[in-house]
Amino acid sequence: MNVQSIKGLVQPDRVHRAVYTDPALFELELDRIFGRAWLLVGHESQVRNPGDFFTTRMGREPVIVTRHTDGSVRVLVNRCAHRGARVCDATAGTAREFVCAYHGWTYGTDGRLRGLPLPEGYEPPAGESTDGGLPRVPRVDAYRGFVFASLAERGPTLVEFLGPLRASFDDFVERAPDGEVEMAGGVFKHAYQGNWKLVLENHNDTVHPAFVHASSIWAAREQPAAGGEAYSEIGVRQMLQNGAPWEVWENTGVWVAGYGHSWMGDYHDDSRLVAALDHPAFAEYRAALERRLGPDRAARVLGELRWNSIVYPNCSFMSQFRQLRVVYPIAVDRTAVYAYSFRLKGAPERMFRDTIAFSNVVNGTASPVLTDDLEVYERTQRGLGARRSDWVYLGRGHGGDVPDRAGVLRGRSGTSEIHIRNQFTAWLEYMTAET
Amino acid sequence: MSTAARVESRAEIERFLYREAWLLDHGRLDDWLGLFTDDATYWIPLEADQADPFATSSIVYEDRRLLEIRVRQFQHPRAHARAPAPRTVHQVGNVQVVEADAQEVRVESTLVLLEYRHERQRVWGALVEHRLRRTADGLRIGAKRIALVNSEAELDGVVCIF
Repeated sequence: MNVQSIKGLVQPDRVHRAVYTDPALFELELDRIFGRAWLLVGHESQVRNPGDFFTTRMGREPVIVTRHTDGSVRVLVNRCAHRGARVCDATAGTAREFVCAYHGWTYGTDGRLRGLPLPEGYEPPAGESTDGGLPRVPRVDAYRGFVFASLAERGPTLVEFLGPLRASFDDFVERAPDGEVEMAGGVFKHAYQGNWKLVLENHNDTVHPAFVHASSIWAAREQPAAGGEAYSEIGVRQMLQNGAPWEVWENTGVWVAGYGHSWMGDYHDDSRLVAALDHPAFAEYRAALERRLGPDRAARVLGELRWNSIVYPNCSFMSQFRQLRVVYPIAVDRTAVYAYSFRLKGAPERMFRDTIAFSNVVNGTASPVLTDDLEVYERTQRGLGARRSDWVYLGRGHGGDVPDRAGVLRGRSGTSEIHIRNQFTAWLEYMTAET
Repeated sequence: MSTAARVESRAEIERFLYREAWLLDHGRLDDWLGLFTDDATYWIPLEADQADPFATSSIVYEDRRLLEIRVRQFQHPRAHARAPAPRTVHQVGNVQVVEADAQEVRVESTLVLLEYRHERQRVWGALVEHRLRRTADGLRIGAKRIALVNSEAELDGVVCIF
């Protein structure tokens, strides 16, 4: 597919359905988007000490993320230099070296080939003929503890790439009384029969809750209010918040920046969910935060109200609610999303209990909320298979974008589809770039 | 407890579990909810051997209130992921009474569940634990824990009730 025909797929207020359904375009996306962009691969708390490692994927590329003995974080392609077997089969652990199960080739935590049985049998000698080890992902960097890597040798620095979206990561970390967060509480792995872009287009879509989540909003409204500190408070209140009136959604800001990133203001007004409001459940946490920051700065940190922030193309997180989701494209019509929770270090344990309750209702694989999102992604994918109509309309708020701070545009209203149009602007740049 | 009493109790417990499965397989969700005590918990852990529902996420961890919302959601005309509701067969086996006293019986069983929805059939397997409370109205579920064998897998949305 040449550059001209790719350009024809994206217009200012619509895209051709092929971007969701064409398997050849999907393979190109893996090379040109997931093969070039900075991708979030994890968090430093997953590899705290030398030898700690976890395995994941960059797009579809299997990688090992390790903390090497020199303290640096390395990202290695999980493929033996000999016959290609996956070298590390564990999801996480601590190791001095990685030994291939097939013929015993052994690699250090920096990927270097350390040894192999019967080396004299290879011609030329093994090590000379294999680049010496597991391929290293060329660029690795971190921002505020969040580890990114890029499969491309060259490109913007991580700081350039993240741009104004860095503020969302700052918000995430500043909320911790000790100024640090750690991944904890397990990982939801949900999957759906649909294109990877559908989930990223949904996270800052403020029109969908009233329709997609109508049944859980209604079911929660029908439930007698309980109050108190029952475990279910967080879940019920979150379901109710999805039923916010239209003026709330219209007035919630949505901002976009370069490289396809976007973030949304917050629509919550329930004091039990928002730490900036004065619910007694947050008193101990606020006091802990104030000890580090002082009351004024603590109030400013808590007053930064964001819902989802999207780092295109593989990450979406909730700085205020301590959730992070990583998107894995599997096929043109198959996607997996991993959802992680974070603990605010120095915060009372009750805050993490709330995080778990929130995670279960927002990201749980059987959640009354999330299951309806997944269902609608699948219905969208099926609908896009129809050949009678080629165009997907993204015109809500089109033409009304408002300049904000440098490098940032704001949607005309909170229900603007500016964030999706912005993702396709980045999509087109990646897909048609020369290198 | 005498041997005779234990045998009697086990038959009663099997009848209870089969009745629960029957209610679920026939869409009698309100009657199914009626089997739970007011302070009941319904738990599908996320991790194998997960001991704590508050320190680690769960596929489902619900008290009576959230469970009522889950069941009520099926009635809404736009419950997208639940319309149509999945058709299921709950096959309960290997029923064992693990512990019993005057108030409560702890029962382990296995569940093989066949689910059909939207041209797709899924098979689930789980180790199940019931804590059955002896009440004036007969046995009631005080806690149910469903340990899916594939709880740590990449899963498509889960809407059926185990």
